Amino acid sequence: MNGVSLDNVPVIIQPGQAPKTVGLSFGYGRKVGMKEEMQTGVNAYAVYTNFNSVQSVSIEKADGLHEFACIQLQNTLMGRGEIIKETTLEKYTTEDAHEWNPVPVVSLDHQEVPATTVDLWASFDRSIGHHFNMSIDLNACTGCGACVIACHAENNVPVVGKTEVRRSRDMHWLRIDRYYSSEDTFEDDNIKKDEFSGAFESKSGFEEMERSAINPQVAFQPVMCQHCNHAPCETVCPVAATSHSRQGQNHMAYNRCVGTRYCANNCPYKVRRFNWFLYNNNDEFDFHMNNDLGKMVINPDVTVRSRGVIEKCSLCIQMTQKTILDAKRDGRVIEDGEFQTACSNACSNGAIVFGDINNEESKVAELKKEDRMYHLLEAVGTKPNVFYHVKVRNTNEA
Amino acid sequence: MASHYEAPIRKPLVIGDKSYHDVSVDISAPIEGRASMQWWIVFSIALAALLWGIGAIIYTISTGIGTWGLNKTVNWAWDITNFVWWVGIGHAGTLISAVLLLFRQKWRMAINRSAEAMTIFSVIQAGIFPIIHMGRPWLAYWVVPIPNQFGSLWVNFNSPLLWDVFAISTYLSVSLVFWWTGLLPDFAMIRDRAVKPFQKKIYGLVSFGWTGRAKDWQRFEEVSLVLAGLATPLVLSVHTIVSFDFATSVIPGWHTTIFPPYFVAGAIFSGFAMVQTLLIIMRKVSHLEDYITVQHIELMNIVIMVTGSIVGCAYITELFIAWYSGVEYEQYAFLNRATGPYWWAYLLMMSCNVVSPQIMWFKKIRTSIVVSFIISIVVNVGMWFERFVIIVTSLHRDYLPSSWTMFSPTFVDIGIFIGTIGFFFVLFLLYSRTFPVIAQAEVKSILKASGSKYKKLRDAGKPLYQMPVVKAGKNEVKAAAAPPAKAEGNVSDLLAKLGAFDPSKDKADDLKKVKGIGPKMEKTLNEIGIFTFAQVSRMTNTEYDLLDEITGSFPGRAQRDDWAGQAGKLNKNS
Repeated sequence: MNGVSLDNVPVIIQPGQAPKTVGLSFGYGRKVGMKEEMQTGVNAYAVYTNFNSVQSVSIEKADGLHEFACIQLQNTLMGRGEIIKETTLEKYTTEDAHEWNPVPVVSLDHQEVPATTVDLWASFDRSIGHHFNMSIDLNACTGCGACVIACHAENNVPVVGKTEVRRSRDMHWLRIDRYYSSEDTFEDDNIKKDEFSGAFESKSGFEEMERSAINPQVAFQPVMCQHCNHAPCETVCPVAATSHSRQGQNHMAYNRCVGTRYCANNCPYKVRRFNWFLYNNNDEFDFHMNNDLGKMVINPDVTVRSRGVIEKCSLCIQMTQKTILDAKRDGRVIEDGEFQTACSNACSNGAIVFGDINNEESKVAELKKEDRMYHLLEAVGTKPNVFYHVKVRNTNEA
Repeated sequence: MASHYEAPIRKPLVIGDKSYHDVSVDISAPIEGRASMQWWIVFSIALAALLWGIGAIIYTISTGIGTWGLNKTVNWAWDITNFVWWVGIGHAGTLISAVLLLFRQKWRMAINRSAEAMTIFSVIQAGIFPIIHMGRPWLAYWVVPIPNQFGSLWVNFNSPLLWDVFAISTYLSVSLVFWWTGLLPDFAMIRDRAVKPFQKKIYGLVSFGWTGRAKDWQRFEEVSLVLAGLATPLVLSVHTIVSFDFATSVIPGWHTTIFPPYFVAGAIFSGFAMVQTLLIIMRKVSHLEDYITVQHIELMNIVIMVTGSIVGCAYITELFIAWYSGVEYEQYAFLNRATGPYWWAYLLMMSCNVVSPQIMWFKKIRTSIVVSFIISIVVNVGMWFERFVIIVTSLHRDYLPSSWTMFSPTFVDIGIFIGTIGFFFVLFLLYSRTFPVIAQAEVKSILKASGSKYKKLRDAGKPLYQMPVVKAGKNEVKAAAAPPAKAEGNVSDLLAKLGAFDPSKDKADDLKKVKGIGPKMEKTLNEIGIFTFAQVSRMTNTEYDLLDEITGSFPGRAQRDDWAGQAGKLNKNS
């Protein structure tokens, strides 16, 4: 365009992209003052003229294959509507909550009862002290990714590079799942899946559902450790390296971990991350953890993990402990809003709210009582301390 | 027990008209003889594979588990597949030695020693994986509840991995004790036949001073029964506990109550297949066709067919229950297993494990050694894929589609697996050259009842044993009378080579000074015409063979004792 050409720009076709348009993001392709490993992407400013980010370009197909380093390989929700619950504004305003936010039920003595009431375990008394919960409003989340970056910075989460990501070994403690619908809407996906009859129809049907629609609906869902009160990871660790705290967090004792990865296998949310290699002080991973300057951004309040241990979201325990200790030193009661995590701080839309549900006036305690509240994979019975709010779409044409 | 009556329709378990002495000679032959070229070739290949595996393990431990193909979603793959596969293979040994002992199945006696050896060697392979799959294997001792100085840190008794630690270590130790107990009288037999002092010493040590007194035998029988009683629950418990690793989890495809019986049946299935593979080779190489007969192969094939069918039922039940449960994740997990990206693994598992053993319904096929051998290998390929299917296809697509991914092994994954196969065969090949590979003491106990020689005698109404006719006069030399007529030619051949003895010129030596020549043998040699060390020292292998043919007793004795060498020395000294 205008005599400027960008060579060998890798292309990935996204569903929903308008035909005959391409998108190229600013902010990449920088070479100066950057480590070789970190010089990624293409500089889009070359085609940026007249301060207008929309330009007309001509494209030619070049030879070659680029393997994108994608965090998420499966882009559709496969009709699993209960993972991202959503409804329409019309239904939300006119119908009962159990219509658009049904509680999963199981059969107990031939009676249908809420799934979470059927329980093997005796619960602890959680009324004393703090009990942390986190609320994530799927309506407010735009999928911007600020929380992911904040989490990386706060918790010394290693950057592992494209090669490792191509092997599905990203280290994100907090990720944003992005789903496309396979039919026109997610609701259509759910209906399609429910109407399968027989194995053969299911097989071909699910294969179709693995592909997203040309113009799909999109939904975002930030997922981190759900800090289950009945955590599947905690029971399976042979050395009790992961255990539950009185404050609702699921702890991870890096020192104790021997690295069997059984916890990661048994996690229904797949939020546990393993240190496949030594990611710090290792020139194979030439990012920021192997040089003096880079190490200056490491948070001194958080352990840098060694090779061979599991790590995961801690609900920023170093921040909550600091709040508790500061208040104790000052001899005062902690007010709502003092408890924060890196992600809740970073979220500009207020989609992530963190706090103590034993403080009845707290915002998070109120959000937990709302009709839109649901737990991810509630039927598994993990009783998470992270909850989501049903996404409400206004589908009325303006 | 020895004279116990057995119905004539029962086929003899030991064929080839074996006497008690023949059994001793046949079983000790591989130990006393030299290794063949084939043995060295196979051993070298196995050793190379072992070294390759050791290299891969060192690379893993020094660099990280990242050298394997695992990822955030599939955190176990070849490691635990191999672990379960090897543990499963081990199960046949205990079943054969313990359960079949309690059920008084005598055909087990020909195969139990090698089956137990296989158990121990494969459990050793299995034990490698839980340790090296850890991110920090140097801390592996933390999974053992030992008193420690870490404060109040203790193991988590809720974890099925901890149950594994107990299950596998109990299994290994009970199997080892059971195996060794059975070996005691057989080691003692080897010890008594050993002529070189070093071997005699070693076999004396490993036989724990077995003397063969009646009290020894009585205690032996008792302890065998007690250990069989202890080992029998282990047949069921070990793989049940291994299956708990999966059954107690929340992952669709793992969370299955059918797993314990399904895993136990699968374990016996794969274990018998491995016994079949090993023994079909061994009976040929070590010339044990008279002990490990086609009947044994057929019986093992029946066990393979029955357990294979049980496993097939379990596969189908799983599919049914997934549908019946009404849980969408469960249903998708099994649909994905059969038709998803790993459909080929599922197909291999189904065809190898369920379809292939069904051809054993035909007698012609289950008595065919070639087909049995092929099927035994096919079954173990299938059983490896069963574990791969359970572990990898359940994990790679679980609850949240965002985490779905694929697994592909690296050369390190493959190298370690090949390494354990090499290690297994190194151990087994060494075993086959140093251990009595058939429980000969036990086989002798059924020889009168089930040996073909004695069965024939009994059918003919003849006595099973006759006292040998005692010859007169010890000191009388009956020259030329003793050698049978047919051997006369041999005698002259032999003397022609060794030189004749001229009583007028030469002086007769005391041949008894040669180790291995007793008064009886001296007399025999004298009868042939051998009187001096000089004559004996000229003997080579051809002469030994001739001598064996003439005397017909203690074949191979002269070679082992190196009569010629001994006589040469004595000749110089005198």
